Amino acid sequence: MNVEQRYRYVYKPVVFIAALVPAALLAGGAFGVGPRHLGADPERAILHSCGITALNLLLLTLLVTPLRQITGNPHLQRLRRMLGLFAFFYALLHFVVYAWLDQGLDLAAIGKDIVKRPYITIGMAALLLLLPLAVTSTNRMMRRLKSRWQLLHRLVYVIAILGVWHFWWQVKKDVREPLLYVAMLAVLLGWRLLRGPVRRALTSKSGSATAPGRT
Amino acid sequence: MRQPYGPRILPSDITPESLFLDRRRLIALGLAGAALGATGAARLAAAADAPAPAPATGAAAARYKVARNPKFSVMETPNTYEEITSYNNFYEFGTDKGDPAVNARGFKPTPWSVTVDGEAEVKGTYTLEDLLKPLAFEERVYRMRCVEAWSMVIPWVGFPLADLISRFKPTSKAKYVAFTTLNDAKQMPGQRDRVLDWPYIEGLRMDEAMHPLTLLATGVYGRVLPNQNGAPLRLVVPWKYGFKGIKSIVRISFTEQQPRTSWSGAAPREYGFYANVNPAVDHPRWSQASERHIGGGSLFAKRQPTLPFNGYAADVADLYKDMDLRRYF
Repeated sequence: MNVEQRYRYVYKPVVFIAALVPAALLAGGAFGVGPRHLGADPERAILHSCGITALNLLLLTLLVTPLRQITGNPHLQRLRRMLGLFAFFYALLHFVVYAWLDQGLDLAAIGKDIVKRPYITIGMAALLLLLPLAVTSTNRMMRRLKSRWQLLHRLVYVIAILGVWHFWWQVKKDVREPLLYVAMLAVLLGWRLLRGPVRRALTSKSGSATAPGRT
Repeated sequence: MRQPYGPRILPSDITPESLFLDRRRLIALGLAGAALGATGAARLAAAADAPAPAPATGAAAARYKVARNPKFSVMETPNTYEEITSYNNFYEFGTDKGDPAVNARGFKPTPWSVTVDGEAEVKGTYTLEDLLKPLAFEERVYRMRCVEAWSMVIPWVGFPLADLISRFKPTSKAKYVAFTTLNDAKQMPGQRDRVLDWPYIEGLRMDEAMHPLTLLATGVYGRVLPNQNGAPLRLVVPWKYGFKGIKSIVRISFTEQQPRTSWSGAAPREYGFYANVNPAVDHPRWSQASERHIGGGSLFAKRQPTLPFNGYAADVADLYKDMDLRRYF
């Protein structure tokens, strides 16, 4: 198998199935099968699990580029779209669970909650911002939007910040877990911000012919 | 006789027994019923009326098999023993709701002693047995509303706090009662993390403490209180948010000044000293107007409206009649 085929027939299907595991475990738990027990408050367990999985996948999506740069393996990029789409899938599921199981599809109450609760406003904004990215994730849209595609998809940085913020704001007191997400996001965004300047500093120090003052 | 506390519900609203008795127990009851013949069948019916878990044994356990006090019990169906003992906020054993049931396994609620001090004529440190000996236990089915907007109904076993307090003859200077939880990170692994300032401290105004609804619990469902529920001694104030119900109490102090309580000290904008259940005053980050009732076996259970003072307004609203409850939340 060449690289193309390995991604197509092995790596992508593996990532696809792996990304479905959390949803499958939750569905199993809801019907009392499988290893996942949802406990006395199954609704909260499902809600939280979908949210965390969405956040995990979002961070994994942001990890692809640094990994590619570190390993020098350009093919890793092929997995990014699927990870991003699954992040959207779980974020949407998170919202559906909230709207349906938590709020009982009471649209007036949901609307009020979104406007009144800053952490829900932020979460909702993140979900809405994910929507255009999901819609424009196809090859055709990529070609059609050309350079604007890249610009549009930089929204993912804003979305990730909103997502972690949403997580931070809804905990009662113990912010250790959200703090971990802040740290991971800081590393992922910091890598992007600092990689260029650091590399330039290193190359100019080693006396190569980089033009000084280039930004 | 006065009406039972809490909102009235129709018998048809009560969850069928089959939903909260687990199958194994039904089978066990069925076998017991078959073995005992006709009287067994009658007992089976009686047993199914009292949704208690498998009976505890031993002389000490017998003390917790007490009659329900209907005057102080709501008519709603209690949550299952399983729900009550597996879904707990008890940060001394971890911040996840499932943590206490696991991390409190090694906790030793015996021997236990409680210190009573402050503005009272009688003071001292007492073993729990000495403290409890003269007290009569009873069962009370109370509504429990967590500040996180979920609720349960719990059949506590305990006694009115007032019965204990009166023995210590608090002086006229005693305006508040402060309670302290055990501070022992060896036994309470959650205390190794500074999530809150340990030890946990809670408090009540004297009139709240003396109110007949205010309970010190030593058991639940006719059994000794499990560690994760605050063994061996915990406070239950049904018209206040659950965090007021301090667990594993080692000190009771009568004070002139309002004590600095754990949650109101940690986040004064979000948690007040009074913490009365109030659907009109939202938590800064979420609504307190409604709540999710835990259990019932359905994922699609509807939210229920939260009641002023958690349904106990007729009994306690007078305590706060001249107070701005938006300010003193």
